[in-house]
Amino acid sequence: MNTTRRSLLLGAGAGAATLALPNLAPAQEAPGVTANEIRIGSTNALSGPVSSYSVISRSHEALFKRLNEQGGVGGKRVNFIVYDDGYQPPRTLEQTRRLVEQDRVAFCFNQLGTPTNSAIHRYMNQRKVPHLFLATGADKWANPREFPWTIGFQPSYRVEAQIYARYILDQKPNAKIGLLYQNDDFGKDYLNGVRDVLGARFDAMVKTATNEATDPTIDSQIVQLQGTGADVLICGIVPRHAAQAIRRVHDMGWRPMFFMTNVSISASVVMTPAGPEKGVGVITSDFRKDQSDPAWANDAGMNEWRGFMRQYLPEGDQNDNNYTYAYAAGLTMIQVLRNCGTDFTRENVMKQATSLAPLELPTLLPGIRVQSQPTNYNVGRQMQLQRWNGRSWERFGNIIEGASV
Amino acid sequence: MDGLAHQIIAGIATGGIYASVALALVMIYQATHHINFAQGEMATLSTFIAWYLVTEGVPYWLAFFATIGISFVIGALIERILLRPVQNAPPLTHVGVFIGLLLIIGNATGWIFGYTTKVFPTPFVSDRPLMGGLVSAHELGTTAVTLVVLMLIFVFFRYTKLGLGMRAAAYNPRSARLVGINVGMMLALGWGLAAAVGAIAGMMVAPVVFLDPTMMLGILLYAFAGALLGGIDNPGGAVLGGFAVGVLENLAGAYVVGTELKLTVALIIIISVLLVRPAGLFGRVVLSRV
Repeated sequence: MNTTRRSLLLGAGAGAATLALPNLAPAQEAPGVTANEIRIGSTNALSGPVSSYSVISRSHEALFKRLNEQGGVGGKRVNFIVYDDGYQPPRTLEQTRRLVEQDRVAFCFNQLGTPTNSAIHRYMNQRKVPHLFLATGADKWANPREFPWTIGFQPSYRVEAQIYARYILDQKPNAKIGLLYQNDDFGKDYLNGVRDVLGARFDAMVKTATNEATDPTIDSQIVQLQGTGADVLICGIVPRHAAQAIRRVHDMGWRPMFFMTNVSISASVVMTPAGPEKGVGVITSDFRKDQSDPAWANDAGMNEWRGFMRQYLPEGDQNDNNYTYAYAAGLTMIQVLRNCGTDFTRENVMKQATSLAPLELPTLLPGIRVQSQPTNYNVGRQMQLQRWNGRSWERFGNIIEGASV
Repeated sequence: MDGLAHQIIAGIATGGIYASVALALVMIYQATHHINFAQGEMATLSTFIAWYLVTEGVPYWLAFFATIGISFVIGALIERILLRPVQNAPPLTHVGVFIGLLLIIGNATGWIFGYTTKVFPTPFVSDRPLMGGLVSAHELGTTAVTLVVLMLIFVFFRYTKLGLGMRAAAYNPRSARLVGINVGMMLALGWGLAAAVGAIAGMMVAPVVFLDPTMMLGILLYAFAGALLGGIDNPGGAVLGGFAVGVLENLAGAYVVGTELKLTVALIIIISVLLVRPAGLFGRVVLSRV
């Protein structure tokens, strides 16, 4: 072996660090676990531009409160600690280190955001701290080989694109697909998902165009894709551009089979600005029960959730689907804790989180089951398509599962 | 061939947006010899004020002119309160103030009005799509408004005493003061007018790109490229430059470099103009003897 000055110094440094570490670990079975408590950490944008997501953490606090009132889990109460990162990755790292190194949490759960979780991805895996059920749709969290300690929750953008591609192959085997995606991790998940399903046929069937998040308009890209003669259009773009795309495609008189990422389908933020009548026929997907859908007015699962809201979050807006999302993620977490029995070591928590038997949840669509296997970290992998009818989204067809890759 | 024509038409429509913002940049440069980095954010704030008025039930055109008035006052106040104290400071201080303004106004807008996308109304409506749906009635209206503003600015700077005084105050404050021009007043007026022109640009842009606090972020870069291309001291040139950038960007994106490098085209335009012809295509080369 080649011994260099640098490697010697590094070795010496590491040795000194080990020696210098005071023996702080109290007499307990595992980090973050005491005789009557499990500490769980999280970060969320409690302030700043995307603080509307902060209700997710509020919901978790309420859910763990209910759990504690019902006797906790494995004979222990859950102590859930949330810090504000303002959706800024450097602050996420700082607050996560505070959780892990000062508060000594057992693990972290449902931290919000793709750039924010990216900032701690390596840290959590180096420290071997379970980084569970992240509140982001990026696909990179399902990578057990390189990042065994990180696992996502909702169906990723890539799974979503796989589902669209499967539906297209089913309905229009000879489709000419135009794919418009934002030129970043978010948009590229759509490219990857479509490629997963089409495989060798991708180049023959698909024409792509990209846009930057800062582009004032995407007219040029839409014109270009229409010019290729595409009869299917898939868009992986942010809400502002989505509204532009829906309006422009309609105004040009182009009538493709039109798929829009479920990031950009809010009735108030996308469909109404675009013009509700202009989006008729646009297809997207969901895995949750939508509160505005009359089908769930008397649904047992949704009633269970409404009861929880009334009792624990009376101030919460029952039309906000962040709450139904949080309820599903929180119940999944509690199921994993139950599966741990009385062994809350990080190894066992991770083992249980990655071998979760299919589980139906009250606020998710019937037939959708979250699950995980040590080789497949896509916890949510099924969705149902829905179509805009000019006023609301209408579900149609069966539950579709993304291709496993 | 069809595709080419479509790209050009779509480019002209987008170019109209750049042209109206480029005009605001020229305005502030003519009046103060500074490039105000916060121009986009100030215009966005003005647009939000107009949006607020319209949602409160004020008729569109009344809200339109009220917003112009309010923006004028805000612009003049910013000059009085924030820039007057650093009047004689080096350029770097000004850049610092502009960037500070950009952050403060941008975040304040989000804090007051929220970050969700909003619909901004347009007074120009047509029943059927124009030119194959590539151009909306609003985009035609925007171009008309831009041309009107351009005429007004041209006449103002060329034929009015106030316009001449303003140019003099920006170009050579010391001599201007010696011949009896109230330089401080001119600068405040200049800021006010620039904010007013920015407000018009914002209200014209918002129906196309939808209103949110970051609306102007990308546009300002292209508008800057347009203004530089046409000549930063020439209103007519800047408008032409804006249209040219819109078309060039589309053609380059569709046929030359691909959509991934569209933004780069704007940056290349900025750098090439500065390297080859700093005064822009229609700008006057100013020689000053020292």
